[in-house]
Amino acid sequence: MDAWFAVLLTIVTAATPLLLAATGELVAERSGVLNLGVEGMMVMGAVAAFGAALLSGNPYLGIIAAILAGMAMALLFGFLTLTLVSNQVATGLSLTLLGLGLSGLLGESFVGEPGVRLPKWLGIDMLIPVSFILTAAVAHVLFRTKAGLVIRAVGDSHNSAHALGYSVIAVRYACVLFGGACAGLAGGYLSLVYTPQWIENMTAGRGWIALALVVFASWLPWRVVVGAYLFGAISIFSFIVQTRAWNVPPQFLNSLPYLGTILALVVISANRRLSRSNAPASLGQPFVPDR
Amino acid sequence: MKKLLMSAAALALAVGISTSTVSAADKLKACWIYVGAIGDFGWTHQHNEGRLAVEKELGDKVQTIFVENVAEADSERAIERLARDGCAIIFTTSFGFMEPTLKVAKKFPDVKFEHATGFKTADNVTTYNAKFHEGRYVIGQIAAKMSKTGTAGYIVSFPIPEVVAGINAFMLGAQSVNPDFKVKIVWANTWYDPGKEADAAKVLFSQGADIIVQHTDSTAALQVAEEQGKHGFGQASDMIKFAPNAQYTAIVDNWRPYYIRRVNDVLNGTWKSQASWDGMKEGTVSIAPFTNLPDDVVKMANETIEGIKSGKLNPFTGPITKQDGSVVGEAGKPLADGDILGMNWYVKGIDDKLPQ
Repeated sequence: MDAWFAVLLTIVTAATPLLLAATGELVAERSGVLNLGVEGMMVMGAVAAFGAALLSGNPYLGIIAAILAGMAMALLFGFLTLTLVSNQVATGLSLTLLGLGLSGLLGESFVGEPGVRLPKWLGIDMLIPVSFILTAAVAHVLFRTKAGLVIRAVGDSHNSAHALGYSVIAVRYACVLFGGACAGLAGGYLSLVYTPQWIENMTAGRGWIALALVVFASWLPWRVVVGAYLFGAISIFSFIVQTRAWNVPPQFLNSLPYLGTILALVVISANRRLSRSNAPASLGQPFVPDR
Repeated sequence: MKKLLMSAAALALAVGISTSTVSAADKLKACWIYVGAIGDFGWTHQHNEGRLAVEKELGDKVQTIFVENVAEADSERAIERLARDGCAIIFTTSFGFMEPTLKVAKKFPDVKFEHATGFKTADNVTTYNAKFHEGRYVIGQIAAKMSKTGTAGYIVSFPIPEVVAGINAFMLGAQSVNPDFKVKIVWANTWYDPGKEADAAKVLFSQGADIIVQHTDSTAALQVAEEQGKHGFGQASDMIKFAPNAQYTAIVDNWRPYYIRRVNDVLNGTWKSQASWDGMKEGTVSIAPFTNLPDDVVKMANETIEGIKSGKLNPFTGPITKQDGSVVGEAGKPLADGDILGMNWYVKGIDDKLPQ
């Protein structure tokens, strides 16, 4: 296999979990809900996928379990923040802690077990095209359909959307659940494709990077693709430079993905057209319908 | 945001403390601080196996407590917390815990502290380490015998002496078989990130390496080797299950005998501060069964192991030529322990520049 093609594939595998999780979070945030629990939903997806695939021997069941586990965590988040109107930031952080702890507990007996790998389709991992189809679908629904208009209205001004007769809470539940499903799927990708195994904390902060990518992308789906692939490419590039012994300090190389992201943010905010703020105006604000 | 994350970390710390047996006042409390998760199947996993062995062996006299996932920057608080909670002996199991351990030890002179892989002792602080470089010399020889491209890929965490000595021992072993052997080094700047370790392995294979060596903790790199029909070595635990066709052998950490001995010393009142450094001879460093190797290579490796165990062979026997061309060590004599424990230079033949 051509060496550079192999490198390209590595970039794609590194970017895919970020893309999946960030796309889901983007939808939730577009509806006005800031869910900082992406890491927790992701790691629960990873343990559920691994467990289901291992116990049943069927990796596709693992994928379904990952999605369901992410949604279950999102449902808990939704119940706390939407129904009980708890603080979104604090609840999201707790959701991450809960996910990391609970997955460690549930996965205790899976440690040291080789997992089941998700089969490839036509030589590529099926979740890679899925991640692009998902992004395209989200972009289409958000900006080309009435449903997308409602989601964005709920996220920009929940009082107006409510006055027009839309159920703000129901729309937000749906979007949060979608975000959970995507984060769970990203976790499943980690434990079934990226590194087919279960070990505690195997998400290693990818949920937080996905959250940052949503801001980086200024809440636009296609920019999430750019961000995820830029991040993946710079990470892999820093490894390649190291193997070439060009004497660049590896500490600097390892910080490049983050420096690159900051630089891109600066460029975006310096450009008037690119920086047109898409941040949902009601992001993070609780909604209590008045009767 | 940063503040929030930090309080989240504090909460995680509080949640993470778990006691394994019901508290009993008359039992000796032996405590462990882990840098990673006990489920990492690597470094921390092996320390936890040692703790479990203590519990099994001395369970009626000892209560064990552990805290996992303690960030090195945040460790002082965790160590002090355990000291306050009445731990009689505290094992801190990462190089980065060195200064925090010494700091807390000063405040609690009656508590015994044991710091893994460091080099600073005090009246109540012992250091303990294992001569992992002995194992790395063996796998270096195997790599040089088995590699078709004459190049190994080496994934490393941080440029600390233990890691540098590992790279050097690997290279000296390889050079004893093939003087032109090359190694490509990638610093992942993490002990534990399966995804990143897998990415590093893929990049190294694409850049001409056909054998992977790691000084990071997960099985990810070996799994990549398995998938691509390449080979490698397990780290800390025997990882053969994850790479039945790829793993040649693994360097296995076995802390059980040491932990049982030291906790027993506290029970008997014979605990003394020391700098312990066991290796293959004492069984702290062991080599997993050889797999996927031809007989002559296994024979060579076994002879090397015997030589190291009997003391006839020392990987760091002088004279050794450094990367910059200068020479250290007297002919026929091993380097002093301090030179190895503080190693901050590469041997000749490594192209990488050591990050400082």
